[in-house]
Amino acid sequence: MYDIIGYCEAETVSEATALLAQNPNLRLIAGGTDVLIKMHGGQIEAVELLSLRKIKSLAEIRKAEDGTVVIGAMATFTKVFNDPILREVIPILTEAAISMGGPQIRNIATIGGNVCNGATSADSASSLFALNAQLKLVSQQSERLVPIREFYLGPGRVALKPGEILTEIHISPADYQGFGGQYIKFAMREAMDIATLAVSVVCKLHGKTFEEVRIGLGVAGPTPLRCLEAEVYAPGKDVSVESVAEIGKLAVNSAKARTSWRASKDYREHLVEELVQRALKTAIVNAGGEQLV
Amino acid sequence: MFKRIAFSVNGKAFNFEVDIRESLLEMLRNRLGYTGTKKGCGVGECGACSVLIDGVPFDSCIYLAVWADGKEITTIEGVASKSGELSEVQKAFVDEGAVQCGFCTPGLVLTTTALAGSGKEYTQDELKRELSGHLCRCTGYQSILKAAEKSLEGHICTCVDSPHYKQQHERNEG
Amino acid sequence: MAYTVVGKSVRRVDAVAKVTGKAKYTDDFYERDMLVGKILHSPYAHAIIKSIDVSKAKALPGVEAVLTYKDLPRINYATSLPGMIGDVLDDAEDEEERIKFGTAGHPYSLDPSHRDVEDRHILAKKARFVGDAIAAVVATDELIAAKALKLIEVEYEVLEALTSTEAALKEGAPLIHEGRASNVLASGGFAIGDIEEAFKESDHIFEGEYETSIVQHCHMENQTSYAYQDMDGRIVIVTSTQIPQIVRRVVAQALGIPWGRVRVIKPYVGGGFGNKQDVAIEPLNAAMTLAVGGRPVKIELSREESMTDTRTRHAFKFKIKTGINQDGKLIGVHITAISNTGAYASHGHSIAGSAGGKFRYLYPTKALKYDPITVYTNLPVAGAMRGYGCPQIFYAFESHLEDIAKRLNIDPIEIRRKNFVEVGYVDPVSKNKVTSCSIRECIDKGKALIKWDEKKALYKEQSGHKLRGLGMACFSYASGTYPVALELAGARIVLNQDGSVQLQIGATDTGQGSDTVFGQMVAEVLGLPMDMVHVLSTQDTDISPFDTGCYASRQTYVSGMAVEKAALEVKEKILGFAASMTDIPVNRIDLVDQKIVFKHSGESVLTLEQVAMQSYYDLLRAKPITSDISNNARINAIPFGVTFAEVEVDIKTGKIEVLEIYNVHDSGTIVNPKMAEGQVQGGVSMGIGYALSEQLLFDEVTGKALNNNLLDYKLPTIMDTPDIGVAFVENHEPTGPFGVKSLGEPPTITPAPAIRNAVLDATGVSFNRLPMNPQRVFEGFKEAGLI
Repeated sequence: MYDIIGYCEAETVSEATALLAQNPNLRLIAGGTDVLIKMHGGQIEAVELLSLRKIKSLAEIRKAEDGTVVIGAMATFTKVFNDPILREVIPILTEAAISMGGPQIRNIATIGGNVCNGATSADSASSLFALNAQLKLVSQQSERLVPIREFYLGPGRVALKPGEILTEIHISPADYQGFGGQYIKFAMREAMDIATLAVSVVCKLHGKTFEEVRIGLGVAGPTPLRCLEAEVYAPGKDVSVESVAEIGKLAVNSAKARTSWRASKDYREHLVEELVQRALKTAIVNAGGEQLV
Repeated sequence: MFKRIAFSVNGKAFNFEVDIRESLLEMLRNRLGYTGTKKGCGVGECGACSVLIDGVPFDSCIYLAVWADGKEITTIEGVASKSGELSEVQKAFVDEGAVQCGFCTPGLVLTTTALAGSGKEYTQDELKRELSGHLCRCTGYQSILKAAEKSLEGHICTCVDSPHYKQQHERNEG
Repeated sequence: MAYTVVGKSVRRVDAVAKVTGKAKYTDDFYERDMLVGKILHSPYAHAIIKSIDVSKAKALPGVEAVLTYKDLPRINYATSLPGMIGDVLDDAEDEEERIKFGTAGHPYSLDPSHRDVEDRHILAKKARFVGDAIAAVVATDELIAAKALKLIEVEYEVLEALTSTEAALKEGAPLIHEGRASNVLASGGFAIGDIEEAFKESDHIFEGEYETSIVQHCHMENQTSYAYQDMDGRIVIVTSTQIPQIVRRVVAQALGIPWGRVRVIKPYVGGGFGNKQDVAIEPLNAAMTLAVGGRPVKIELSREESMTDTRTRHAFKFKIKTGINQDGKLIGVHITAISNTGAYASHGHSIAGSAGGKFRYLYPTKALKYDPITVYTNLPVAGAMRGYGCPQIFYAFESHLEDIAKRLNIDPIEIRRKNFVEVGYVDPVSKNKVTSCSIRECIDKGKALIKWDEKKALYKEQSGHKLRGLGMACFSYASGTYPVALELAGARIVLNQDGSVQLQIGATDTGQGSDTVFGQMVAEVLGLPMDMVHVLSTQDTDISPFDTGCYASRQTYVSGMAVEKAALEVKEKILGFAASMTDIPVNRIDLVDQKIVFKHSGESVLTLEQVAMQSYYDLLRAKPITSDISNNARINAIPFGVTFAEVEVDIKTGKIEVLEIYNVHDSGTIVNPKMAEGQVQGGVSMGIGYALSEQLLFDEVTGKALNNNLLDYKLPTIMDTPDIGVAFVENHEPTGPFGVKSLGEPPTITPAPAIRNAVLDATGVSFNRLPMNPQRVFEGFKEAGLI
């Protein structure tokens, strides 16, 4: 039994925002794989829940006319993984989705919940960072789009204001068209695990040089992060083992890894350097470049 | 606080008030007596409590009972035929020796039942991935995988087009 | 030897019940108005309770009882049930007045010096690890119980937490158990020959240090029990246990009541692996029901509680010094070991003792000295776990021997062959004799399965960041505890009217399949098909024959003897009854295919059913045919085996992948090959986890567990488990029923050293500490200059 003292559910976003405006104590629940587990662990007590599970429109994934990929916050990881649009245009997100938990968890956990939980280990986060995702936050009064990099404030802390609900995740065509990517989750187990390090890389090539590289990392700091120094370095550089190695080295400068019982700072930084290179090498091939030997 | 919901378990319709604090697992076991659904961790880490909801496997420990409203639920008690004949999946688990202590068995039989019923083809790696939400400490998974493969006979492919498969493959190769 | 049913992969007797959800485990039973019991665990690893105020908790509506150490039975308190606990409520502050008891799942010993250490109260006044049970609540539901726990006000005087054996052993360390001379629970091993002389004779001396980690059983069913008082006031406990008879005795001891006042029932059990060879929750559960007038109270541990508040595997630190000749012949081995038993003794020094005892058989040497000590620390309590000390000692020694082989440039398989035991060897300490041994054939088989020579040649020249290697490791074990402890087993068979039989055993099936194996034995002796043998899976101390329980891989061998005897007796009675019915001399007839037949012609005389019906209903002669056997096995048999492993190591990330792994066992006759194979695969999987990923971690300062859940504790998933190859080299063990030796625990022993040796082969780096997780491997490679 969970320590729940109130429960209500909304069938539309406006109903949800209205309920939330009325009762700021309501805690949103989507798939429940974070909220219920926190209740089990005693981190959340005597809670009043507002369930978003009946808002069908929030589970949709579509491509808008301008090419923006719109992912409803209530889309489950299973849905994200199987979605033909996402598979085609941003496989680094579907790969991230399939790396998360196990099938039963993916069948219920939502991408919106994953993001709003604010964990650096959120399996979708490194890819959403690399894709420059924007988050649509809706309250009874307003609506705003927030870049994902501004959304994560610290461990477990996100930029949701009281009364706001994350409804959609947007990825604009400029951020995925012409890019090749690769996602690597490095964990102790191949399933049912949280990442020791997650690396998501996208790159665009111009002939034999890099036009753009974006690198998202999970569990390399208190929040997911981007490797800006490496990203600034890349444009114009030859696609070569040497430049990839340099990008790997520079990526470490952006990491804010720390030592915990899970892994040491030293080891995580080593993994950043190694796995950024591995991911980038595959991303290059996926972007139409030649395999580096 | 209670909430009235309507749902079915193994084809039998129910309509009553559930405690909002209850998990589906608790409702099934304690209120309805479907004790074949097991609790191993309470937080979705072991899969012992898996049931099928509208044909899809979920961990019933982290699924609120109120969410069952309008759903068709299948528990392990609903897998064999009414006359007691084992399903092909159950037979495969028995024949392949996939059962030891039996605590993970109901969940695994249900997930395999869902896979067998999906009509999809799976590579062996994909099959493992689909079963990866179930922990087992007795079998080392060998006989379970065999039982699942037997259950999905004709639906195991060696294709390599799954993105996941590709990644696995690359990890092994590269 | 040719058997009809023994040796066949018959279907498990409980398989259908388990795939249909009909098999009932403890938590699947329901008593009306069952109350919920919950435990307040100490947040401190080492602390004295200065005061404890339960008044607020008691006042919470729905709370039926709150218990602390003050409510426990006092020593020599003469009482009558029911209502005992409430009656002894007083303000006596002296912990020593309360009954202390031991919890290990060992048979009682009439020799006081051989009994388990009694160092535990049902509820502690002094907390000795984070998780120690301080108080308990009985309430109408779990949320109220959880709330009540928070209302208990405890004032602790926090003491220094001794979270390592070094800290516990240092001069002047605070005592974890007052009244003892030090934090050493026990020490003492054995010495065979003169070790110093042996070292002098040896061509070479090698030394090494090895360390294993604390791991946990992770049976899928957490510890669960419920208890109530029956109409006679006796305490009935239904519990998920390997050892119902021992639970009964320990509960009675803990409460200071006659043993006959306790009844323990074991339904289906969702795995134990040794953790349920201990009495973790039942005494408290009994106290809880007494505190509420005998109403049913359930304790269902959470996974988090199960992982830290029950038992773990002892972590060992070994130092090994070995004298060896140039040709690879071991001359003398000296092993010192420090075993970390945590806060309470539980199985205590028995684990270290067993490690040395079972190790002795594999490589007899002129001199072998074993000096283990077992040390209390402020960590969770270590107890029995599959292998009982052997995964630890064989990891250490098989790693050590591999390093020696490398240094002496001797083939690692040859160095082992040179030192293996021979049939006829009598262990100088236990006097147990090796009466069968196929370890050499096991090695041949394993070598062929993994294509050892071929791959060794192939992997000589490797480049790149992924390197492959091969390794192997061997073990010896035992088939029970003789002569260390009592090996009593019981079986009862009743011939039914239709010619089928019911088999009751005291031995417990906790998933390993013993019920099926015993059924096969009975079917074999009586010539019955399996569906004519009904095995009662539940053990009930009021009903079942006496058996000490499921541990030490003893049941097929030890309990099998009782089952065989019981079946033989029933057979003799059947033939005797048939003889009396027909006047044919009993030595002329036999029981074949459910018929009484002439021995000389095979001609049928009577059906078994006819005999059975007469045995029940003949007005003159009726006397139902039964047997009720108890067998005291004063013998042991030594199983052997080997693991072969092939790994691929990613030098850059430190990740080790097991590509192929084979376990080859000499366990005598294999009664049910398919089930045996499954048993081995499960054990190997557990061994792979032990090698690569599993470790219960604790904060070094506070002693608090960091990963006591199934997400952070890395037991392998199906995606982490490679194909596990299994083979048997069957021989007929002359002392075993049907030629069997033990199999249950051995598969877990050697995967870790085999994998470790394969990593050494691939990379040249010796990992002498478990687990070899990516972080550790990274550190090792960095130190070795590989990255």
